Amino acid sequence: MAITDLTLVQTIKALKDKQFSNEELNQAYLNRIKRYNPELNAFFEVNESSGVIPAAVKSLISTKGLKTSAGSKIIENYKPPFNATVIENLISEGVSVIGKTNQDEFAMGSSGENSAFGSTKNPWDLKKVPGGSSSGSAAAVAADLAVFALGTDTGGSIRQPASLSGVVGLKPSYGRVSRYGAIAMASSLDQIGPFAKSVGDARLILEWISGGDKYDSNCVAEKFKIQNSKFKITDQNLKDVRVGVPEEYFGQGLDEGVKEVIEKAIKKMEELGAEIVEVSLPNTKYGVAVYYIIMASEVSSNLARFDGIRLGGPRDLFGDEPKRRIMLGTFALSSGYFEDYFIKAAKVRTLIKKDFEKAFASCDVIVGPVSPTVAWNLGEKIDDPLKMYLSDAYTIPASLAGIPGLSLPAGFSENLPVGLQILGKYMDEETVLNVGEVLEKALNIKEKPRLR
Amino acid sequence: MSIYKPVIGLEVHVELNTKSKMFCSCSADYFGKAPNTHTCPVCLGLPGALPYANKEAIRKCIQIGLALNCTISEDSLFERKNYFYPDLAKGFQISQLRWPLCVGGEIEVESDFGEKSLIRINRVHQEEDTGKLSHLGGVTLIDFNRSGVPLVEIVTEPDFTDSSQIRDYAKKLQQIFRYLGVSNADMEKGDMRLEANVSVREVKSEEGRGTDFELPNYRVELKNINSFRFIVAAVEFEIKRQINALEAGEKLHQETRGWDEDKKETYLQRSKEEANDYRYFPEPDLPGIKNQELRIKEIQDGLPELPSARIKKYIDQYGISKTTAETLVADESLAELFDGAVKLGLEENVPVKEVANYLVNSPTLASHLKGGKLNISPDEIVQAVKEKKSGKIEDEGELEKIAQEVISENEKSVNDYKSGKESAIMALVGGVMRKTSGKANAIRVKQILERLLL
Repeated sequence: MAITDLTLVQTIKALKDKQFSNEELNQAYLNRIKRYNPELNAFFEVNESSGVIPAAVKSLISTKGLKTSAGSKIIENYKPPFNATVIENLISEGVSVIGKTNQDEFAMGSSGENSAFGSTKNPWDLKKVPGGSSSGSAAAVAADLAVFALGTDTGGSIRQPASLSGVVGLKPSYGRVSRYGAIAMASSLDQIGPFAKSVGDARLILEWISGGDKYDSNCVAEKFKIQNSKFKITDQNLKDVRVGVPEEYFGQGLDEGVKEVIEKAIKKMEELGAEIVEVSLPNTKYGVAVYYIIMASEVSSNLARFDGIRLGGPRDLFGDEPKRRIMLGTFALSSGYFEDYFIKAAKVRTLIKKDFEKAFASCDVIVGPVSPTVAWNLGEKIDDPLKMYLSDAYTIPASLAGIPGLSLPAGFSENLPVGLQILGKYMDEETVLNVGEVLEKALNIKEKPRLR
Repeated sequence: MSIYKPVIGLEVHVELNTKSKMFCSCSADYFGKAPNTHTCPVCLGLPGALPYANKEAIRKCIQIGLALNCTISEDSLFERKNYFYPDLAKGFQISQLRWPLCVGGEIEVESDFGEKSLIRINRVHQEEDTGKLSHLGGVTLIDFNRSGVPLVEIVTEPDFTDSSQIRDYAKKLQQIFRYLGVSNADMEKGDMRLEANVSVREVKSEEGRGTDFELPNYRVELKNINSFRFIVAAVEFEIKRQINALEAGEKLHQETRGWDEDKKETYLQRSKEEANDYRYFPEPDLPGIKNQELRIKEIQDGLPELPSARIKKYIDQYGISKTTAETLVADESLAELFDGAVKLGLEENVPVKEVANYLVNSPTLASHLKGGKLNISPDEIVQAVKEKKSGKIEDEGELEKIAQEVISENEKSVNDYKSGKESAIMALVGGVMRKTSGKANAIRVKQILERLLL
């Protein structure tokens, strides 16, 4: 087994057992990056001097002295004078940044194609998109170019590329992980989370990066601790776990092949002892509309600081998608429209949150597809923004509700990976991860992308 | 000819004197500091930086609200005011519009004609200051030391009808800020800034005195006027300009005007068509502010006695004149000194009124009001009043009467004196001093005796 095949947990053990050194570990990953990054375009910048456990970090997460362009020409050469809180946390755990990863510009996109510096390719099929916006982070972990990666999820930007690229991706609860230093897209939705080779890895990374931070007033949660909840991780079953299945996540637009994989995974959970419960999330249909009003409104304000005065170039360097969202958000906040758009969307957001609260009264986790389709061809949806927006219909509601969501590789359709989404109650990452880990073992998916 | 009445509302910005800035831990003391030395990613608006609110500033904002008889909102929110300006690091200012900390207060003002009226306070809210631009020759420099310094904005209803009320209002606010210790409120340093919304309306004959009238359909904002004297001048000019325009049959428009000190006139800065739509929305990076009753009560109980209450107490309880009372509350250190002297004086039977008169006429107070130190203690005041009191028998007639008594009772001393023994007069002086229990001035007594024995 190659060094780069090891999970984070295995890597730490191997380092402890002195099976290989830090230098060997880093060299192994740097070699793979050198070999495969030119065609994958997962990294914008590689940090050859990283040194300890090498993690890939989404471009928009501030790294002192390393370019943090957020995939945009407007701050193409921006090097922050400070580290994001998550980076400081990782450094103190013996992790270093091996490189900054490609992404859709300012995290706006579901395919990686909105990057100002070229798309990332899907390691499973170079003609396909890897998903987005954390495209490079997903591809880097899928192709074993890093032990793990950090991304951000605003409406699905960790879960969706994790699903399309066949890796584990976790969006923590809003407020679990400090956002300080992550260049904001939509402040009330953004959340940093891990891409990992296993659920156990994601759990460990969450423990490292979580916890209250005085620099993020919305991050008041306690540090996530690896611990045993009502059932033990070592129990290889899902006895006493109630799994909610929302009918709204299996309607029109869901690919047959994806549906099959998800249904098989749910069947597996039942075999493992879980009780399958039908639940309803009736306001799911409004999710995309609500999201595009609230997110765009916050975007229009958050991107105002890129005014070309203190850092970066003039505003015409923004790509089409940021421009589109600035326009949408500016409109939604304008006098005369604010009540009808922003305020109404905020009210429906509350209804969506209540949907989940009601559903979770009868179940412990909610499962369904992450994405209605597998990875699509590069260029396929780039001229149809609305079609692109709709591909996030299953991930957006959890973002609006602030609850945690995991994308777990569950199988394949058309030879491309399909992720199962496991949603949990607010701040209950523990149950989500435990259920994910038991299912991960039972599904036992060993396939890796074949790179040449 | 019609009669016109001005309708004026005021917006006052006051910079709080907290140690750190509103949303980061940089020092808020920026005055005279080297440019861009009090900055961090937050107040520079660097990508990824997030605000965290200064609790001390919020407390001070609530103190101001309470001092102005406002209701403190149980649920308050920070909001973003979006506009582009080079001194605005984030491209938006964190402020409050729909969910301010304090609402609906009032304060009494007095015009130069002695007419008292209540000015309604619409709101007192918390926000942050911007950076500072310096235009030097062909370039503009930006100093972000001031960026993020806590500002409180106080907005009145359009209740002012003349410029002397504005002067009184500003003076009272300044006094309140200083009493509360929330700001130095130094106009020259820009700690306190005034903006006025001015319009005039035609008064109908049947109208009462209330505020129940229709507001004019335009208002002129007088902005960016950095001196108190200038804003009063600008308001006076505006009132005249607007009345003249209406008299001439012109239609007035919503606009922003500045003040040209050289020409002594206002000038157009921006018309309504160019007005900003600030697209306010709740600041998603900051949680809401919950003000529980208990906390508000705790802040209320901790408030010092404010100038208006002190003036009332001095007049009602001490019987001091209004002018004297107003002088004594000019600032808190003076009022505290007076209160201290009054307390001490009561123990030593020194009347309050005498303490007040002594202090008001003392040279140290005169120099203090010009910015000097108050170098006198309550004890010194009381002793001085007492001394003055001990020489209090100044009535010439009374002293003469006593002196006559002593003369008639001391024939020997009188004869000695008259026969050339000058020192004999001292026995007579001693006699007068004994009779007056020492409350006469010995030198004056001697003079009186000498005159009587001529």
